[in-house]
Amino acid sequence: MADETKPDTPAPKIVPQTGEATAAASTVRSPVAGATASAPPTGANPAATPHQTTTPAARPAAAPGPAAAATAGAHARPAAAAAPRPAAAPLPDLAGKTTSVASTGGAAAARTAPAPATAKAATRDPDDSSPLLTRRAWLGLAWGAFSAASAAALAATGRFMFPNVLNEPPQQFKAGFPTEYGVGVDERWKEKYGVWLVRTTDDIDNHVPGFYSLSVTCTHLGCTPNYLSAENKFKCPCHGSGFRLTGVNFEGPAPRPLERVRIVLAEDGQILVDKSRHFQRELGQWTDPEAFLKA
Amino acid sequence: MADTKTVAPKEGAGTRFWNWLTETQVWTSIFRHDRPDTDRGRVLVMLSNVFLHLHPVRIRKSGVKLRYTWCMGGLSFFLFLVLTFTGLLLMFYYRPTLEYAYTDIVGLREHVPLGIMREMHRWGAHAMVITVWLHMFRVFMTGSYKPPREFNWSVGVIMLVLTLLLSFTGYLLPWDQLAIWAITVGSNMARATPFLGHEGPGAQLLRLGDVPLIHAADDARFALLGGTFVGEGALLRFYVLHCVGLPLGIAVLMAVHFWRVRKDGGISGPL
Repeated sequence: MADETKPDTPAPKIVPQTGEATAAASTVRSPVAGATASAPPTGANPAATPHQTTTPAARPAAAPGPAAAATAGAHARPAAAAAPRPAAAPLPDLAGKTTSVASTGGAAAARTAPAPATAKAATRDPDDSSPLLTRRAWLGLAWGAFSAASAAALAATGRFMFPNVLNEPPQQFKAGFPTEYGVGVDERWKEKYGVWLVRTTDDIDNHVPGFYSLSVTCTHLGCTPNYLSAENKFKCPCHGSGFRLTGVNFEGPAPRPLERVRIVLAEDGQILVDKSRHFQRELGQWTDPEAFLKA
Repeated sequence: MADTKTVAPKEGAGTRFWNWLTETQVWTSIFRHDRPDTDRGRVLVMLSNVFLHLHPVRIRKSGVKLRYTWCMGGLSFFLFLVLTFTGLLLMFYYRPTLEYAYTDIVGLREHVPLGIMREMHRWGAHAMVITVWLHMFRVFMTGSYKPPREFNWSVGVIMLVLTLLLSFTGYLLPWDQLAIWAITVGSNMARATPFLGHEGPGAQLLRLGDVPLIHAADDARFALLGGTFVGEGALLRFYVLHCVGLPLGIAVLMAVHFWRVRKDGGISGPL
């Protein structure tokens, strides 16, 4: 009968011992059914043995007689073995722990189909009033779903804090034609883009006339220095760092020169300033062809 | 003679870790009672937890019957929490000024991930108005306004008004045509406030000689709008009321409300 779960198990001896079991041996539904059939009290089913030592007391309403121990103890494993059961059936490891299923254990123990039981596994006995889900399984499902939804909401909330569009000036911009600039510091882009455009007749590192673009971020702690035209220097109001027009630091706590940003000629002949790439003098980067625009 | 030795019961790493964890100072300072498997343990859980202490340890069987309570009070509270949370998130992107208010609302839909955040806030607000009304209806139908619960009924009526005011103030914030004219129409009602509205009954009596004390620039409507028409002052005023003032008030009253529910014999039901 239930040997489809354990083909090598001897025919169960217990079934004839329970009258009601024999009478109702027609369908498979409860996990108990497989257990009774495949786990005789002799312990012949090795899979069932561990359970027999731990859980019999948990199921006082199980099948009477010698079947009780086997029914109670072996519920879990055979249930898993009889895989093609309805989706609504109790979870294997939970099924035996509730009295609702256990109370029908005696009768259910015998509702074991002759092979092939899989064909009838999907049908539910019309008289069966046991819940589709045990309380424990339902609570597990509910908490799992709640936790998953909460985690998803939390993740979405985190994503919410990172907008897809920024109302900030672009990293690169066209600064007009080189002929528009005289020698010296030009402050027209400082407010919006955070750079000075400087035209020099002899660069400190490249030794040719041309343009460079200085980032207005002080290398001490990140304030914005002022251009003091009378003193021909950049002076940071926060802690007094001073920089030459080349960007090289000469006074105050700033540890290194101001950074230059990428400056090239665009295809239309305009100056293109690109703040996404910085050049640091102490790393020898000011001689990079894109750090200085010869003109 | 064979040696005998004492063997300690085997403990897995998990058990040892659990024993260590539950004896740490951090753990014992958070969980100050045993598992709630006795009546005393359950009482301690409730009494020692700030979130649970408004709850009674036991409730009447009818209190958990959906058919009896409709869970409308609980749903109202839940929606309030949802609205608080989503509203807080919206505040990260919304600026209550004439220049930005409308574009920020559009940006919340177009530029920000999870563009339904504002919709959740909006629909949640509609839903809360509905659930609060249904809660009131249920309380009336079960006779739960009768003494000694009449005090809590009154608290509930105030919270109903606060809920409607929250809905009203939130209505202006998108700063579109619908919002501006809806608030224009709605706030015109304040003109007719007795004595305190400049078009209300009795307002003309409050005057010093020829000088009226109540006029368009100092009456109840002006206090609401921060101006004589729905403009920048109204937007900022409604924003502050919507995000801070009214939620604080309703939160305090909710604490009183829930506390009174418990003190006056639990959720509805016979006393």
